[in-house]
Amino acid sequence: MTPSERCILVVGALACAIASTLLIVRAAEIPLNERKSGYEFMGRDSRAMQDDDTANPGTFSVLDGEALWKRKVGTAGKSCADCHGEASESMKGVAARYPAFNAARGRPVNLDQQINICRAERQQATPLPLEGKDLLALNAYVARQSRGMPINVTIDERTRPFFEAGRATFYRRQGQLNFACAQCHDDNWKEKLAGSPITQAHPTGYPLYRLEWQSVGSLQRRLRNCISGMRVDNYPPGAPELVDLELFLMWRARGMPIETPAVRP
Amino acid sequence: MARALINVPPKAKKGEIITIKTLISHEMETGYRHDNVGKAIPRNIITEFVCTYNGLEVFRAELFPAIAANPFFTFNTVATASGTIEFKWTGDNEFSQTESVNITVE
Repeated sequence: MTPSERCILVVGALACAIASTLLIVRAAEIPLNERKSGYEFMGRDSRAMQDDDTANPGTFSVLDGEALWKRKVGTAGKSCADCHGEASESMKGVAARYPAFNAARGRPVNLDQQINICRAERQQATPLPLEGKDLLALNAYVARQSRGMPINVTIDERTRPFFEAGRATFYRRQGQLNFACAQCHDDNWKEKLAGSPITQAHPTGYPLYRLEWQSVGSLQRRLRNCISGMRVDNYPPGAPELVDLELFLMWRARGMPIETPAVRP
Repeated sequence: MARALINVPPKAKKGEIITIKTLISHEMETGYRHDNVGKAIPRNIITEFVCTYNGLEVFRAELFPAIAANPFFTFNTVATASGTIEFKWTGDNEFSQTESVNITVE
């Protein structure tokens, strides 16, 4: 080996060492005043779609949900309205607090799960399938009543272990690409991925109408999209790991207004 | 029956240009997709949309499989007289839906 070759090797090794040091440096969480909803990353046309209820296809889901809210189901022969009354009053702010701790289950549940718990226990009806039109519609109708209200999940001694598990999932490198959620959504939200803006991943508008899906979908559907993109062995719909991640993401978006039903590209 | 959302100003001045927006709930299945066992999913789309103002056609569109689900149309017309603006969507599987709104022109 000549001295110049040795020199190149040493420089190369140094460069590798520096690069790997840089890679493990984690950028800080996004400062509260720099947080942006996905809305702010959208183009003019998509924003206009969300802003006008008569142009927002998510409205169909809300209207379907309103009809389901009043429909009597199950062997108890009760509708949601029989217990909860007018959703505009009783459901105001509810979606902003979910996932919330459920004492009987000893863990946080998301709004979809809470709706199915109500169906099973109070209406004595079969649970609605996850990601099905009816469950999304009821969720959208309930969440619509919180539009404009600040996200406010409770992190206390009961929810903290689940919250910490969600946070760990967000920061853990996983899958074949060895990626963490935070590498895109904390560290690189000013950049683009395949021409599209990388957003900060604040779940402000779920269930939302996604143009790519041509339908309304849940936060879990979106999470599972990202997770399969990271080539991770995916969590099944309704998995506790996803609910924990939802809880962390809602805390991360604390104080941001609910936009349901949002529109996203 | 599909849900439709219509946005027309309830009142306008004679000769004023008004903007009409319509959104209809429809899956717009292309006919090019297959289900999870490989069976072709038959085409199911809206093929035509017509808007008439007091019986006079003011807007017409032909729709094709590349148009996204829940077709949204926005267009302008001139407020000529008080009356009814009617919207008709027709499509595959004998899909047909009509909606109408009233407008007052002063």
